[in-house]
Amino acid sequence: MSTWEVVIGLETHAQLNTKSKIFSGSSIAFGAEPNTQANVVDIALPGVLPVLNKEAVQCAIRFGLAVNAEIASRSVFARKNYFYPDLPKGYQISQYELPVVGKGALTIQVGDSEKTINITRAHLEEDAGKSVHGASPGQSGIDLNRAGTPLLEIVTEPDMRSAAEAVAYARKLHELVQWINICDGNMQEGSFRCDVNVSVRRKGDEKLGTRREIKNLNSFRFMQQAIEYETRWQIETLEDGGKIEQATVLFNPDTGETRAMRSKEEANDYRYFPDPDLLPVAISAEDIDAIRVTLPELPSAMKVRFEREYGLSAYDAAALTASRGIADYFTAALVAFGGEAKLVANWVMGNVSAKLNEESREIADAPVSPELLAGLLKRIADNTVSSKIAKDVFEAMWSGEGDADAIIERKGLKQVTDTGAIEAIVDEVLAANAAMVAEFRAGKDKAFNALVGQAMKASKGKANPAQVNEILKRKLAG
Amino acid sequence: MINHSLKHLAGMLAGKEISSVELTQEYLNRIARFNPEINAYITVDPELSLAQARAADQRLANGDAGPLTGIPIAQKDIFCAKGWKTTCGSKMLETFIAPYDAGVIERFNAAGAVSLGKTNMDEFAMGSSNETSYYGKVQNPWDRTRVPGGSSGGSAAAVAARLCAAATGTDTGGSIRQPASLCGLSGLKPTYGLASRYGMIAFASSLDQAGPMAHSCEDMALMMNVMTGFDERDSTSLQREKEDYTRDLGKPLAGLRVGLPKEYFAEGLDTGVAKVVEAAVEEYRKLGAEIVEVSLPNTMLSIPVYYVLAPAEASSNLSRYDGVRFGHRAAEYDDLMDMYCKSRAEGFGAEVKRRILIGTYVLSAGYYDAYYLKAQQIRRLIAEDFARAFEQCDLILGPTAPSTAFKAGEKADDPVSMYLQDIYTIAVNLAGLPGMSIPAGFATVADGTALPVGLQVIGNYFDEARMLNAGHAYQQVTDWHTRMPEGIA
Repeated sequence: MSTWEVVIGLETHAQLNTKSKIFSGSSIAFGAEPNTQANVVDIALPGVLPVLNKEAVQCAIRFGLAVNAEIASRSVFARKNYFYPDLPKGYQISQYELPVVGKGALTIQVGDSEKTINITRAHLEEDAGKSVHGASPGQSGIDLNRAGTPLLEIVTEPDMRSAAEAVAYARKLHELVQWINICDGNMQEGSFRCDVNVSVRRKGDEKLGTRREIKNLNSFRFMQQAIEYETRWQIETLEDGGKIEQATVLFNPDTGETRAMRSKEEANDYRYFPDPDLLPVAISAEDIDAIRVTLPELPSAMKVRFEREYGLSAYDAAALTASRGIADYFTAALVAFGGEAKLVANWVMGNVSAKLNEESREIADAPVSPELLAGLLKRIADNTVSSKIAKDVFEAMWSGEGDADAIIERKGLKQVTDTGAIEAIVDEVLAANAAMVAEFRAGKDKAFNALVGQAMKASKGKANPAQVNEILKRKLAG
Repeated sequence: MINHSLKHLAGMLAGKEISSVELTQEYLNRIARFNPEINAYITVDPELSLAQARAADQRLANGDAGPLTGIPIAQKDIFCAKGWKTTCGSKMLETFIAPYDAGVIERFNAAGAVSLGKTNMDEFAMGSSNETSYYGKVQNPWDRTRVPGGSSGGSAAAVAARLCAAATGTDTGGSIRQPASLCGLSGLKPTYGLASRYGMIAFASSLDQAGPMAHSCEDMALMMNVMTGFDERDSTSLQREKEDYTRDLGKPLAGLRVGLPKEYFAEGLDTGVAKVVEAAVEEYRKLGAEIVEVSLPNTMLSIPVYYVLAPAEASSNLSRYDGVRFGHRAAEYDDLMDMYCKSRAEGFGAEVKRRILIGTYVLSAGYYDAYYLKAQQIRRLIAEDFARAFEQCDLILGPTAPSTAFKAGEKADDPVSMYLQDIYTIAVNLAGLPGMSIPAGFATVADGTALPVGLQVIGNYFDEARMLNAGHAYQQVTDWHTRMPEGIA
């Protein structure tokens, strides 16, 4: 029985998908030859000055609106001073006392329950460059293409109480920044990376334990593993009578362990002060309204609407708004189908999601378009095919064999609804399975299902199951 | 020719009395003759200069000339100029050839002005005597044993010794006005934000401002017309309509209210300087100005405030000189930290290091509120002093520097005494106001030498045209600005 509680807060860096860098006109495209996207400003030649890219501020405001946060009418860029070879100016332009986005919140779904994670702040800053080791023997290289890439650092309160909650928050945030189109969410390329602050305390304690910060997690799986390992390590350390020292740690995916990279004593004094090269950013209510109208319907609002308009459960509505791609797919399929939303929901969350997972595909790349799916759902709704046969049709559509009608036609999968034909099949089944009939009559209800199964099998699955049931019941009673 | 005004030279060029190549060559010859001793220039590149002169002559021939086309000027070595070595007076940038033009340089290039070279300066503009330059001290043309002031000491000496027709300077706490005063020429620091800081190597970003150094206010007005204007690459550059700074020249001064801050005529002001300034004020009275006493009670706090804020910004601005991408890198080092330490220890001089240390200290955790924040608060009080004063007057007059030029080495080991050189000029930078120094006479010092004294004219924001006219009116009735040191003919 654990008497311990883990307390988790996240700092997430989302790379903003602006066209150019936050303080210079250089491109931020990923993967270019080293230093080909670094101009005089990015390499910090003597005399150069930063000019704020307003697009980055707009992205921050979009985010602020999406998490229902306070947006500062006046915010200030500050210099964070430290020396590092990939930091060309010897300081990073960030925000310190007055960030663009203040307190907000994001609601996550953990299992069947909801939880609100409070967001402390979100501030704009520039990314550093990259040190390249091993390119030439005995020397390190510096690639400044990434230097000056706009980042939004999103900081939460220590509101999460398990690795699962932390991952649920990170996933939700990951979907949200893509949903509102401020970040491409590409974790392999580092467009979305999380630092996780973890501490443990005895259940019931008010005071937070000493935290260690796991840096730069760029996969949800690693995040889960890292938090679980770190939590165990901290609990074991304390139970062994040890003390947790505040530190920054790195997660090693190969060993599944975290390891301290620097302690608090070695921490820099960043000597923040307002950057005199940049004016304070003024954001008016009109500016905010102008951006508000460009925002898409947010997932939280869409979820509520799905529940209300379509009568979907909270669980279904949450699943269908888990990403912009799923929501768009569902909506398009529903429009093309024109029938019951629950059927669409079941198919999107069921067969479609299963195939995507199986093939590790994004929903945008699904071979079965929402319109194709709708074509199949129509044939389920009008009893042309049974749900069971529909799965075969779906598989065929997935393999690119055409639309539902063409497949049903070509493969002869049309459901048999002719009562005479079904009666004939049922008669055959009853005749061939006298033992089962006897069992049923002796009170074994299970035998009835077996007989239905036999009838369906005899019809090669094409008989309408409801009719089979009805006819069988009638004949057995008779 | 070396004593002609810019307007006159432009007329000669337009009238084909002389070509820009000839004029440029004349100045290059003078530089070759006098610069080895005066040391006003760090870099001279006759080929680059003459190429510009030839292009200017072409423009003159095509009838495509502006007021400065073909005029040879000197650029302070703080401005990045494409293809020119740009050192900022530091060993750190001894090998740095700028790959781009500063906004101010672009404007002079577009105007067709000819650059004679890059002038000497205190290292990273930190100093008031030009003695902190890695490239050697500069002689004051009026007395070669004395300093020209700083940090724009090279530009001041170059103008005073007629080694250029005019020059650019930059002023963070007095670096245009104090050397102008010590070398007997006119210098103007515009309202913060009028001249682009893009490509001007930063010392203290919130205070740095470029301006002209020339013989007369009329010359400075022509320089201002070229060098000011909005630059989208500098976020602190002001987006305003283009002004003609010559527009008020010749207007009568009758009714002009001139304020004399009582704090500027108190203890610490050299009596010889005081006499000259008082005489100049009297001249203004004669020109029709009304003299009123004003008070700037927080002026005396400007030096401590400045020596918190300027080093704080400098400590951060100078972090980019780390030996990684450009500039000086130590020849041998053990690891990254050692490379940083050795490169910066070798590349920076003592005064720069002192200010980096002060700046790092005042920004440190636990000291920020007591120093940086407090200094920012007092900075506002200082600006409010001026706002109140300008309710009573149109311009403020006073001394530029507390003394005339001092001997080389005299204050080099006494930083506080050196810092006091800027007691009357620093507040203007802290408030972001325009300030100007014009020659107002000479004071004879203990050894019998007569040395120039500058009169400081402080205006309200964007009042440069009015200031230049006030200076011009004075220069119409006096001839201090036309005086020439001996031994440079």
